[in-house]
Amino acid sequence: MTLKKSFETIAVSGVSGGDKATGAISYPIYQSATFRHNGLNNSTGYDYSRAQNPTREEAEKTLAVLEGGKESIGFSSGVAAITACIHLFKTGDHIILSDDLYGGTYRLFEDTYKDFGISVTFVDTTDTKTILDAIESNTKAVFIETPSNPMMKVTDIRAVADITKSKGLLLIVDNTFLTPYYQKPLELGADLVIHSGTKFIGGHHDLLAGFIVGNDEEILQKLRRIHMSTGATLSPFDSWLVLRGLKTLHIRLDRAQENSIKVAKYLQSNPNIEKVYYVGLEDFEGYELNKKQSTGFGATLSFRVKDKELVSKILNNVQVIRFAESLGGVETLITYPITQTHSEIPEEIKTRLGVDEYLLRLSVGIENVEDLINDLENAIN
Amino acid sequence: MNFGTKLIHASGDIDPATGSVSTPIYQTSTFHQFDIENFGKYDYARSGNPTREVVETLIAELEGGECGFAFASGMAAICSVLSIFSSGDHVVICGDVYGGTYRATTKLFSRFNIEFTFVDASNLEEIEKAFKENTKGLYLETPSNPLLKVTDLRAASKIAKERNAITIVDNTFMSPYLQRPIELGVDIVIHSATKFLGGHSDVIAGLVVTKTKELGDRVYQIQNTFGAVLGPQDSWLLVRGIKTLKVRLDALQKSAQKLAQWLESRVEVEKVYYLGLESMEGRELHLEQADGAGAVLSFKFKTLERTTIFLNNVKNVAVAVSLGSVETIVSYPAKMSHASIPKEEREELGITDTLIRVSVGLEDIEDLIESFREAIEK
Repeated sequence: MTLKKSFETIAVSGVSGGDKATGAISYPIYQSATFRHNGLNNSTGYDYSRAQNPTREEAEKTLAVLEGGKESIGFSSGVAAITACIHLFKTGDHIILSDDLYGGTYRLFEDTYKDFGISVTFVDTTDTKTILDAIESNTKAVFIETPSNPMMKVTDIRAVADITKSKGLLLIVDNTFLTPYYQKPLELGADLVIHSGTKFIGGHHDLLAGFIVGNDEEILQKLRRIHMSTGATLSPFDSWLVLRGLKTLHIRLDRAQENSIKVAKYLQSNPNIEKVYYVGLEDFEGYELNKKQSTGFGATLSFRVKDKELVSKILNNVQVIRFAESLGGVETLITYPITQTHSEIPEEIKTRLGVDEYLLRLSVGIENVEDLINDLENAIN
Repeated sequence: MNFGTKLIHASGDIDPATGSVSTPIYQTSTFHQFDIENFGKYDYARSGNPTREVVETLIAELEGGECGFAFASGMAAICSVLSIFSSGDHVVICGDVYGGTYRATTKLFSRFNIEFTFVDASNLEEIEKAFKENTKGLYLETPSNPLLKVTDLRAASKIAKERNAITIVDNTFMSPYLQRPIELGVDIVIHSATKFLGGHSDVIAGLVVTKTKELGDRVYQIQNTFGAVLGPQDSWLLVRGIKTLKVRLDALQKSAQKLAQWLESRVEVEKVYYLGLESMEGRELHLEQADGAGAVLSFKFKTLERTTIFLNNVKNVAVAVSLGSVETIVSYPAKMSHASIPKEEREELGITDTLIRVSVGLEDIEDLIESFREAIEK
């Protein structure tokens, strides 16, 4: 009898539970570019590591199971995964995107794919009516992030999926902020899930990786071909680090979320802070909807200071918290979106969203939460 | 500094902080900022990683260009370079281009209305004729894969320059040790560094060098945006591989010459393609622009039956895709590297079902010839 395996168990053991040949508990790193054929027309199934590498395959399969997808594909970075998705489209196609999203994604569409004749409309996807209004005859896909970056706006994945399904569009969800441990967009009707594996999945700020997960064989096959052709593949060593990171995903996230709630409440209580943006706060606008479609709030939050001077004070004086781009690792990071992650987004959109000189983003890690709060308190004063 | 010394020292290899002779592997995705007013050189590893930067600086120095870039694979390097073009642009490209590049141009970039014309690039007139009003690039491989046809890089890049197009050369087969296209007038050099530069069949990587800072800025923009970057561990393996590039290639070329001559002497073999052979077309031109014949050769058996028997029986070599490694790799272009080119077009290019490509390795050449003899005489 095969025992049922839960999320945590699969995350810890990986889909194959280690190496079948030697019994090694840790999956081997196949640092090999090519593979010997046993004879003519007799490949082992592995030919060339760009096409497939056993270590990458193990990471891909493990993440696919965790996301509830048929297959996943591993890329050399998060934006490389997004790029591959865009390659599903062609000149003349139109795509609808969340207006509040990662600056690198914005740059990819606005700078590069505009030159290839792919047009985009940025809308507030929390309001499904604006999505309907933005659909044109050549629209092929809707791309959302929920909660969004950095304003933590929540989009109703099921409601958007209803729209995309009825209009024959592809729904792509960037699930980087919550990971499959807290949210499974495919079960809610998304066609493809994207991850920056650099963040919570890797979890240690030590690798760059990206993944696409899906269920539709035909789309997956197209993506495999794009992956193989454009070659932005995840290396064996980094694939192994992903497997290593997944083993602690659930315990890292549980602790980081617990810390986040405490940090968010502390910030809310601090008179120098105007507003805290975190889906784990009961009085936050997206709280109910997020709770309906996911099992957690994640560990990313933003906050707005009352006095602009406070920004440099905080950034230059934090000691435990590191002032660096990125998120989702064991260390707590603080980011200044307007000049870092979102510098590429036009002023007009940033102003509309509230990504301004007063806004800071925190990715809460798994340090002692008292130390984190003391660090913030000390830097603010 | 001579080339052989550059290989060892141009990476600026002594770590200033610790004195470590081997380049440190910065397995980090992000960098702490010490001062909000003045950001440090590094912020996020996709935009720049110190280990990757070492190999990027090194390849730029070796190729004699301004800027270097490292990518997750040779195809990622090729696709990133091709992404500097826009919808409506036209590119002239050599007809017997690597199968993966053929697939990327015909299946991917064509969908973004970037048009490609395939030409026999060993014929300068054909190149010239293919240029149109909207031609923005000329893409070449020389010697070509797998038949080792030679393109005159000085003359071809001159044609492109006169028409305001840039010339891009895939220099994988030669490596900068044997051929430096930028010195010959080329604008961008691409490498599948998986091959001779890495040299051990253990890393998938791509490198790009641009002649000017202006082109470098365009490639950097794509590298940072697409994010098909090389990981720190693999960047380090490349630096390590490049240190022995010269000694490996010197030995490989010697063996390739011997194996080519031996194959030429066999009655079962119809033709041997190797630029070290006097009989080879394009040899003189090649040796004018390169310092050696390299370590890849191809040959055709007289019959398909002999080809199949050889492939199934050849011992002590890897029957596999890829090339440029310490191990001898025997591959079957019709079913491997050029499988994505339709059969008819493939045969027209001379890539028949009786063609075998050999990337000669560092094994003892007597053993290698003996393995080939046994498989041929089976």
